[in-house]
Amino acid sequence: MKELLSGNAAIARGAYEAGVRLASGYPGTPSTEILENLARYKEVYSEWAPNEKVALEVGVGAAIAGARALITMKHVGVNVAADPLFTAAYTGVNGGLLLVSADDPGMHSSQNEQDNRHYARFAKVAMLEPSDSQEAKDMVALGLDISEQFDIPVMLRITTRVAHSQGMVELGEPIPREIKPYSKDVRKHLMVPAFGRLRRLSLEDRLARLKEYGETTPVNYIVPGDDKIGVITSGISYQYVREALPGASVLKLGLTNPVPGQLIKKFAAQVQTLYVVEELEPYLEEQIRMLGIKVTGKEILPVTGEFDQGLLRSKFAAAGVLPAGRGENLTAGLPQAPPRPPVLCPGCPHRGVFYTLHSMKLTVSGDIGCYTLGGLPPLEGIDSCICMGAGISMAHGIDKAVPGLKEKTVAVIGDSTFLHSGITSLLNAVYNNSDITVLILDNRTTAMTGHQDHPATGRNLMGGEAPEVNLEALCHALGVKQVEVVDPLDMAAVKAAVNTGLAAKGPSVIIARRPCILLTRESKPAVTVDPETCNGCKMCLKLSCPAISVSDKKSAVDQTLCVGCDLCVQVCKTGAMKGGNAGA
Amino acid sequence: MLKPINVLMVGVGGQGTILASKVLAAVAMKMGYDIKVSEIHGMAQRGGSVVTQIRLGEKVYSPVISEGEADVILAFEQLEALRWLSCLKPGGTVIINSQQISPVPVLAGAAEYPGDITGKIKERVADVVVLDALQAALDCGNAKAANVVLLGAMAQKLPVDEQTWRDALASIVPPRLLEINNAAFTTGFNSLVPGVAS
Repeated sequence: MKELLSGNAAIARGAYEAGVRLASGYPGTPSTEILENLARYKEVYSEWAPNEKVALEVGVGAAIAGARALITMKHVGVNVAADPLFTAAYTGVNGGLLLVSADDPGMHSSQNEQDNRHYARFAKVAMLEPSDSQEAKDMVALGLDISEQFDIPVMLRITTRVAHSQGMVELGEPIPREIKPYSKDVRKHLMVPAFGRLRRLSLEDRLARLKEYGETTPVNYIVPGDDKIGVITSGISYQYVREALPGASVLKLGLTNPVPGQLIKKFAAQVQTLYVVEELEPYLEEQIRMLGIKVTGKEILPVTGEFDQGLLRSKFAAAGVLPAGRGENLTAGLPQAPPRPPVLCPGCPHRGVFYTLHSMKLTVSGDIGCYTLGGLPPLEGIDSCICMGAGISMAHGIDKAVPGLKEKTVAVIGDSTFLHSGITSLLNAVYNNSDITVLILDNRTTAMTGHQDHPATGRNLMGGEAPEVNLEALCHALGVKQVEVVDPLDMAAVKAAVNTGLAAKGPSVIIARRPCILLTRESKPAVTVDPETCNGCKMCLKLSCPAISVSDKKSAVDQTLCVGCDLCVQVCKTGAMKGGNAGA
Repeated sequence: MLKPINVLMVGVGGQGTILASKVLAAVAMKMGYDIKVSEIHGMAQRGGSVVTQIRLGEKVYSPVISEGEADVILAFEQLEALRWLSCLKPGGTVIINSQQISPVPVLAGAAEYPGDITGKIKERVADVVVLDALQAALDCGNAKAANVVLLGAMAQKLPVDEQTWRDALASIVPPRLLEINNAAFTTGFNSLVPGVAS
């Protein structure tokens, strides 16, 4: 039976069919739907971990104990999980261990576009790269087999266009699989230097055997074609090559670490000119060149962004390989479409916080989540965003190093991000006696990735009840003396709390608590505008609310978008905005 | 060999492009086409510009549609039709919902919503259909059915019989909303009959 599945849904199906016992991960676009889909199969235990490092360690534990494990994360999550990854390559596994790294070329939903294929080579683990949903499903089973056969973790590296594109997938039935027996073996699992050295040698031996396997694995294969042009490619780029260069000979690599040197040499000898087509870094290209083979890649193709068949056609045309395209341009003389950037939702209860921080002229070190949207004009309530947890640590750095700025600096972080990696940053601020003020914008979910639960929501991934972390108690336990909870819809209270926090000695935390508007779907009567009173000052526009517009010097509120949060009522200086819940 | 068809559905987060793409995918599966659908999740969904790319044919490799490759652009909003027009194949069709949704830079007065978008597109593209899908959907009883009105309009442009569309629609929308959606489909489908609308 065939079904139309996204790459992510296909990976979940593959895990179910291949007898995965445990799955863990942290939400992150474009990886999130893998575990969301897997959680529908009650036969597989699946969970959200507070961060990717924890998730991978959970997987390493299960795998060493003999169970098959699937761990998922976005590309930058692997940075967090890198510590266990590098040493798990030494210990190896027992049950298969598959780490899905979902990379985001083009940065659709990410802060960078790092190429995680380098991680596989760096950490010395095997790597598979599927090109569509069917391969994504098949490579779960293959990866787990490779992991067990070569006693090594396997990275399944996907990109946004594999993760979020749907294609036809042949479904199979799950194969019953026993948990492998565990035996205590300190020389294999206790990575003290003496044993680490042994496993270091073993790893080279395992990689050498894997390399040999890569020469004949069915996922590395040649698509015969014209001998004038040969293309080596992998992942989604394979699809673009088949469209842009339909006649070319192609060496498609499914196992891309280690690369099969003999197969590449054989293919290179069959073709007159050899190209390598890969998004982002010249990962394959450099290794092919190290084999002493002449190859063209990044000389004609970009190292940034996504490819598509049109881009390949134009680049190969510019290189004289393909005829030049038609010059027709439909859009000549058309006006430029103004951008439509993502914005905080109408009714987002945390919108007013950014308005307040901006109006107080504070320096705000932000973090990863919806609230990065609070940094864009006209809200402009955030100065920086680097990675999960960095907001608190960066504010501490400013506090310790830059007098004059420190008095006007606060950190902003979300609840899920705080639990991911803000806790240790706050602990550091306490330990080193910082004066920082931290706002935890607690919307009771992991919102940006589509509302996943976390340790403070009271629910787990499989739909069960879970203990709910008390953020106030947690901050107190870390040593923060000043912890205040405010309602972010009360803008005066937020401002007062920030002033108190800034004036306080020692670190202080303000927990602004209101659930994500999409979670509650709470809708109160919409705000109305009294046109007689409105003087067209446009203060309300500074809230960056999609429901508010100004035409003919009068504000208007879209009655279908407005959910009656009344932030604009609080911002309005003339009293023209009339709250729907006035008196409620 | 079935001729490959590329459909680009563009709109604003929350307009129902995903459901529309599911119906088209179900049509393609019933016809025995190979199919690929590509969409962007995550940050772009927060009121941003959204695009769903659907490709059907004997064998589909790439899941995305490059510039100049779309047979049909189904625009759920005027500005998005303008934004994605460069993807249209010479001789392709543009179906535009006349609804306008101002992006925040326009609301904030930092940019202007371009005037007469449909007129400008008509100057360049021979086959343009403009309809008020939102009003049509409201007339059918639910503003959310605007996506299905647009699908009905597109159905006239693809080599698929009406019953296959109806069956696909029934397989995707919840039974309690089928009646409204069938009516919405009919409105869109009939809007292209000469003399009924332009």
